[in-house]
Amino acid sequence: MTAPLQRPKRKNPVVKTRHPTLPPWTRSRVALGMTAAAAEGRFELQRCEQCATVQYPPREACCRCLSEELPWVEIDGLGDLISQTTLLHSHDLYFRERVPWRLGMVRLDAGPTVVVHLHGDVTAPPARVRVACKLDKAGMAVLVGFPQEDVPNMADDRQLREFTCDPKFRRVFVTDGKTATGQAVVRALAAAGAELIWVGHAEPWKRVPGLVDLQALPQVTLLPLDVTDPRSIKEVASQVGPKVDILVNTAEYHRAYGISTRAGTDIARMEMDVNYLGLLRLAQEFGPVMKARGADGQSSAVAWVNLLSIFALSNFPAHGTYSASKAAALSLAQCLRAEMKPAGVRVINVFPGPIDDEWNQLLPPPKLSPQAVANAIVAALRDGLEDVYPGDVAQEWRTRLKESAKGFERELAAGSGT
Amino acid sequence: MSILANLAHALAERSVRVVDLTHTLSPNFPAIVLQTELGQAAPFRTEEISRYDERGSGWYWNNFTCSEHTGTHFDAPVHWISGRYLPNNATDSIPVEDMMGPACVIDCSKESVLDADFLLTKDFLLRWESEHGQIPERSWVLMRTDWSKKVSDPVAYQNFDEEGQHTPGPSVDAMQFLVFERKVLGFGTETIGTDAGQAFHLRPPHPAHDLLHGAGRYGLQCLNNLDQLPPTGAFIFCAPLKIEQGSGSPLRVLGLVESR
Ligand SMILES: [Zn+2]
Repeated sequence: MTAPLQRPKRKNPVVKTRHPTLPPWTRSRVALGMTAAAAEGRFELQRCEQCATVQYPPREACCRCLSEELPWVEIDGLGDLISQTTLLHSHDLYFRERVPWRLGMVRLDAGPTVVVHLHGDVTAPPARVRVACKLDKAGMAVLVGFPQEDVPNMADDRQLREFTCDPKFRRVFVTDGKTATGQAVVRALAAAGAELIWVGHAEPWKRVPGLVDLQALPQVTLLPLDVTDPRSIKEVASQVGPKVDILVNTAEYHRAYGISTRAGTDIARMEMDVNYLGLLRLAQEFGPVMKARGADGQSSAVAWVNLLSIFALSNFPAHGTYSASKAAALSLAQCLRAEMKPAGVRVINVFPGPIDDEWNQLLPPPKLSPQAVANAIVAALRDGLEDVYPGDVAQEWRTRLKESAKGFERELAAGSGT
Repeated sequence: MSILANLAHALAERSVRVVDLTHTLSPNFPAIVLQTELGQAAPFRTEEISRYDERGSGWYWNNFTCSEHTGTHFDAPVHWISGRYLPNNATDSIPVEDMMGPACVIDCSKESVLDADFLLTKDFLLRWESEHGQIPERSWVLMRTDWSKKVSDPVAYQNFDEEGQHTPGPSVDAMQFLVFERKVLGFGTETIGTDAGQAFHLRPPHPAHDLLHGAGRYGLQCLNNLDQLPPTGAFIFCAPLKIEQGSGSPLRVLGLVESR
């Protein structure tokens, strides 16, 4: 049984921080289909439309009948462990630092036999296992074999933690604790066992309910932070930057205007200043120091979470300028992901549907509770996801955009969408 | 000697001192707050262009942004709807002679400590005049509250509760008296706004803004160091930036004080 994770010791100041290394990350273009599914927490393989063969690894043509009609389908991952081995030596820089490393061969009920990273609680073969598809430090899909039934402390497995960003015992910085969502995120992280939580708050003279109550949580320290003020970000980064394992950017500015429903650009400018430039400023100050700590022992810098919006994916005209600012933030988050990749720091984008707050007052239900958004963020960290679409509206948008982005744009223009 | 030569001499030998009545423009300086759904004044922000680095190796400079009503600032008549149709009502057209003048400093500091909603009344001004003489025409009347000393604590400086801001300011009858009877050039405060924090609830609301600007007069706010000025005898300079059709501007306010 996995030993429960212990609170990490403080960092030994005379030991050099290791450079982050990555596992091998070259994949064929077609194999990136697995990564796309793993980014959202699904295990998908190609299943031949002609002969129904499920194949692995992914290929351009069916390994049995050469058909090129190979849609991706979700796999339940159940199968039999037929052999196992423990790697004690590797020439690969990444695995060299992490041996011993347990691997296994699993014959999936779906057909193919796959090599998996084996969780410590899987018993010796023959054994039933559940295979899941995870993203590794390089952001690539890998398969992990779990015990078929959950066991205690399963998330604390040393190998599994290479693929996840569990907040337990980690130090987290939440950029804005003045919104209901920011406060829910802080509480959810505290409940998930975060070691320390720094919480930013702008414009201290504007009192909001709940912020002071957060201070009752022993993990929480409030820090004055305004993401529109470069000097304020620099100050906070100099105080806590080298300790942040997980950054959750909850700072956002949201007003419900399109182009013609509001004169001038002051609101749009504020939305861009907070939602887009705020992310850029944070990334410039916190990105480098988090990259330097991608392999800093048990509590390495592991994740950067952006609270975006499903409106980032297609413009919701009633909140048109807000949508545009979130689309800009999404684009920048992709840049951040590319730049954080060499350090193995995961950039997680969260695309909620409308949250039940004052700026979405006039939108009809269903609306997401701040708690639901917070839970989705903690779950994404625990599962090591990259893209999260919490709530019914976000799921609906996702489906519709896949079916026809242009058709959905027309429907949004006609006033539907939520 | 001529008047200006005398002044230069007095400045050199420090028999005339210059007092800086201005706060530092900084991102931390609390910005004016309106109801959330209304348009908001941008706070002061500054971003480096270069600092002797790869962006410009030999020089340091910044871009800054702010509203016309940020930090220690000047209100022109066009700022308020009551002054919208007056001639020469904006920062680029105000007569430069109006950008300076003698100052009468009304000490309300004790009253403001006891009551954050303290209103300066006509009676209070008349009592001040019985001690210091009548407020001359075309003078600047500055309401000293020592509120500026709270500026390092933005929460105390803004002083909001659920009913809004609580800061001292002038009453309706005080503004009527200053504008129509004493014909002052302008009125200045140490708080965010020439009006009291709760002035929206006065009748008429915002008497300082409404009456001053309606009469083509000016406002100064977020002033500093008023406790270093005598009740009478100081002379202030308060020239706003020459912004085309500007409603106001951050500025440097200087006071000249004779040593006695
Ligand atoms: Zn086939």
